[in-house]
Amino acid sequence: MSSSSATYPMEGRSIPERREPLIPNGVLGMLIFIFTEVMFFSGLISAHAIVKSQAAGQMWPPYGQPRLPVEETALNSLALLVSGVVLVLAWFAFKREKPAARIPLFMAMLLGIAFVGLQGVEWAALLADGLTIQSSTYGAFFYLMVGAHGVHAIGALGGLAWAFHKLDREELTSAQLATVSAFWYFVVLVWPVLYWTVYL
Amino acid sequence: MADTVVDVHQHEHAGHDGHHDPHWIVKYLWSTDHKIIAMQYLFTGMFMGIIGAYMAYVFRMQLAFPGISVPGFGQVSPGEYNSLITNHGSIMIFWVAMPVLIAAFGNYLIPLMIGADDMVFPRINRLSYQIFLVSAIILLASLFVEGGGFGGAWTSYPPLSAEGDYNQTNLGSSLWLLAVALEFVAFLLGGINFITTLMNSRAPGMKAYDIPMVLWMIVIASILFMLSVGPLIAGAVMLFFDQTINTGFYDPTRGGDPILWQHLFWFFGHPEVYVVLLPAIGITVDVIATFARKKIFGYKLVLYTAVATGVLSFFVWAHHQFIAGIDPRMANVFTITTLLISVPIAELLFVMIATLYGGSIRLTTPMLWALAFIAEFLIGGVTGIFLGASGADIYFHDTYFVLAHFHYTFFPIAIIGTFCGFTYWFPKMFGRMMNDTLGKIHFWGTIIPFNFIFIPLFVLGMGGQHRRIYNFQHFPELAGPEMYSLRQIATISLLIMLAFQAVFFFNMFWSWFKGEKAGKNPWKANTLEWTTESPPGHGNWPPDQMPVVYRGPYEYGHPDREEDYWPQHLPS
Repeated sequence: MSSSSATYPMEGRSIPERREPLIPNGVLGMLIFIFTEVMFFSGLISAHAIVKSQAAGQMWPPYGQPRLPVEETALNSLALLVSGVVLVLAWFAFKREKPAARIPLFMAMLLGIAFVGLQGVEWAALLADGLTIQSSTYGAFFYLMVGAHGVHAIGALGGLAWAFHKLDREELTSAQLATVSAFWYFVVLVWPVLYWTVYL
Repeated sequence: MADTVVDVHQHEHAGHDGHHDPHWIVKYLWSTDHKIIAMQYLFTGMFMGIIGAYMAYVFRMQLAFPGISVPGFGQVSPGEYNSLITNHGSIMIFWVAMPVLIAAFGNYLIPLMIGADDMVFPRINRLSYQIFLVSAIILLASLFVEGGGFGGAWTSYPPLSAEGDYNQTNLGSSLWLLAVALEFVAFLLGGINFITTLMNSRAPGMKAYDIPMVLWMIVIASILFMLSVGPLIAGAVMLFFDQTINTGFYDPTRGGDPILWQHLFWFFGHPEVYVVLLPAIGITVDVIATFARKKIFGYKLVLYTAVATGVLSFFVWAHHQFIAGIDPRMANVFTITTLLISVPIAELLFVMIATLYGGSIRLTTPMLWALAFIAEFLIGGVTGIFLGASGADIYFHDTYFVLAHFHYTFFPIAIIGTFCGFTYWFPKMFGRMMNDTLGKIHFWGTIIPFNFIFIPLFVLGMGGQHRRIYNFQHFPELAGPEMYSLRQIATISLLIMLAFQAVFFFNMFWSWFKGEKAGKNPWKANTLEWTTESPPGHGNWPPDQMPVVYRGPYEYGHPDREEDYWPQHLPS
C-alpha cells in the first residue's frame, strides 16, 4: 500500500460485495486455541525433561517407585489413535451425506471414552502400588501430564457429544463439526508425544 | 464527507424492531456489545490503577520516611510492605496495562476500525470480561485473608512462593496465583476473539495493508500472548499444586528445581513486556500520523519490525537469570539476543520521528502524550542495554536501577500510552471533546514529576540500593542523608503526580457530561471509526450502511485533494 498510494491508491481496486472468510470463525478460533495448548504441553514436557535430567543418580523412575505399565498403555493408546481415524471417516461421511456421520462419530466417541476409562483403571492400580502425586517428582509429573491430557480428552469428548446431539437434531454445520473435531485431533495427536515422554 | 454516508438520526433506532430497553444490569453487566465490554475493561482497569497507585503511595512513604504513620494507611509492617510491592506490580501489569491497552482498546477499536458490527464471538467476549472481573475480585480479596496478601514479589519465585512456612501467607499466595491464572484465561478468550475478528470480519475492500497500525499491534500482541502463556500456565499449575497438595515440583530436597519456575515464568514474562508495548506503540503511531497530518513513515516497515520484535522476544527470557546460576556460555547467547531486540524497538521510535519530520504538527493533548511516549520510552530502552549485558547486570541485578529501568518502560506503555489513546478516542467513546487546557495541565503535571520520581532511583540503584528492602536504616551504607534526600525527592514527586491525576478525573467526568459536542470526526482522521456516530450505536453502523474501504488509513495531505485528509471509506 505505502509504495503505490503516493500516486493513485485506488487504481485497480475492486471491492467485493462481502468478504468470505478463508477459514470459518469457529475453526480459526479453535486453531488459535490449539496453538496455545501446544505451548502449554510444550511447557510441561520441557519442565519434565529438566527435572528428569537432574534426577538423583540418573535414576528415573527413582528408587522404590513402581514402573509404569508401558505395554497396557500402548494398547490403550491404540484405541485413541483409531478413534482419531474413525473421526476422519465421520468427516468424509458428513460431507457425503450428513446422517451417515452418525455411526462413525458415535464410534469415535466410544473409543475415546474407552481410552479415558482405561486410563482411570490404570491410575487406580498405580495409586495402589504407591505411586502418588506426592511420592516423587516422577509420580507428580506422571499425574500432572497424563491428568492434563485426560482433562482435555474429557472436554473434547464433551464437544463431540454436543456435535452428536446437534447431528441428531439435523442442526450440525460442517464448520461446527470441524471445530470440535479439530480439538479431538489435537487430543489424539498430542498423546503419542506425551506417551513417549512420560512412559518411555 | 462522512455525513453523507451515514445518516445521523435513523441510526439509533434502525434494525432493532421490537426490542425493549433492557434493564441496566443486563445492559451494562450482561452485554455482548464490544463497546460496553471495552468500557467495562477500561473502568475496571482504571479502578485497579487507583488501587495500584495507592499502594505505591504507601510504600514510597515508608521508604522515604521509615516508620512514619502513612496518612490513609497507618504504620507499614514488613509483611504489609512485601504484600504492597507484590500486589502493586501484579495489579499494574495484569490488571491495568493488560485490560486497558489490549482488552479495552482492542475491544473498542477492532470492530470499529475494520468496519464490523461486533466481534465474531460476542458471548465469549462477555465471558472474558466476567472471568476478568472475578479474577480482580479474588486478587483484592487475597489482601484481606488471614496472614495478609501474598508478599513474594510479582514474579513469585519458589521456594518462597511455594512454601507456606517461608512466605507466611498460605491463603494469600494461593489466591494470588488463582487470580493470575483466571486473568490469563480471560485474556486467552479475548485474544482468540481479537485475532479471529481481525482476520475474518474486515470490511469489503480492506486488505492486510489497509489495517490501521494500532489494530495490527494489538493483534500481534495477542498472538504473542497466546504463544507465550502456555508454559506459564503449566508452571502455575505446578506451583499451585506445590502450595496446596504438597507436591515437590520446585522443591530441591524432593528432586524438584526452583530455577525451573524462573524459566517458565520469564518465557512468558518477557514476551509479556512486548504484549503491552506493541499496543502502546500502535496507539502512538496512529496519533502521530493524525496530528502530524502525514502518512506514517514506512507502514510495512513498522509491521514487519513489530513481527520481528515478537519473534525475538521469545529468545531473550534468560537475561532475567544471569545471576541465578545459568551457564555463562548461555548468558552470552542471551546477552546477544537481548541487545539485538533493541534494534527493532529503536527502529519503531525512528519511524515515529521520521513521521513527524515535515508534518503539520498540531500539539493537541493526545499528541503531547504521543511525543512524551517517544521521549520517555527512549530512556527506558537505553537503560535496558546496561542490564542486558550480562557483565554489567551482575552489579545492577535487583537494584533500583532495574526498577527505574522497567518503570521507564512500563510507565510510558501503561500510563502515557493509555492517556494518549484515551484522550484521542474519548470523543468517539463519549461523544464529547475533552477540555484541552485541563488536558495539558494534567499532561505536564504527570510528565514532569514522573521524571523526578525515577531519575533519582537510577542514581540510587547505581549507588547499590537493593530492591525489596523494607527499611534502609538497617543498612548503614544505604542510610546516608544524601540517599535519603534522593528517596524523598522521589516520594514527594510521586505525591505531586498523584495529585495531578485529580485534574484528569475532573476533566473526564466534566467533559463526559458537559463537554463540547464532538461530532463524527473531530480530529479529521481517516480511519473507519470516525465515520459513525459519536458514540456509536448498537451495531456501530446501520445495517445497510456498513462501510467499504478504498485505501490505506494514513492518506493525509494528498496533493490532488482539497482537504488534507482522505477517509478510507470514500470512493474518491
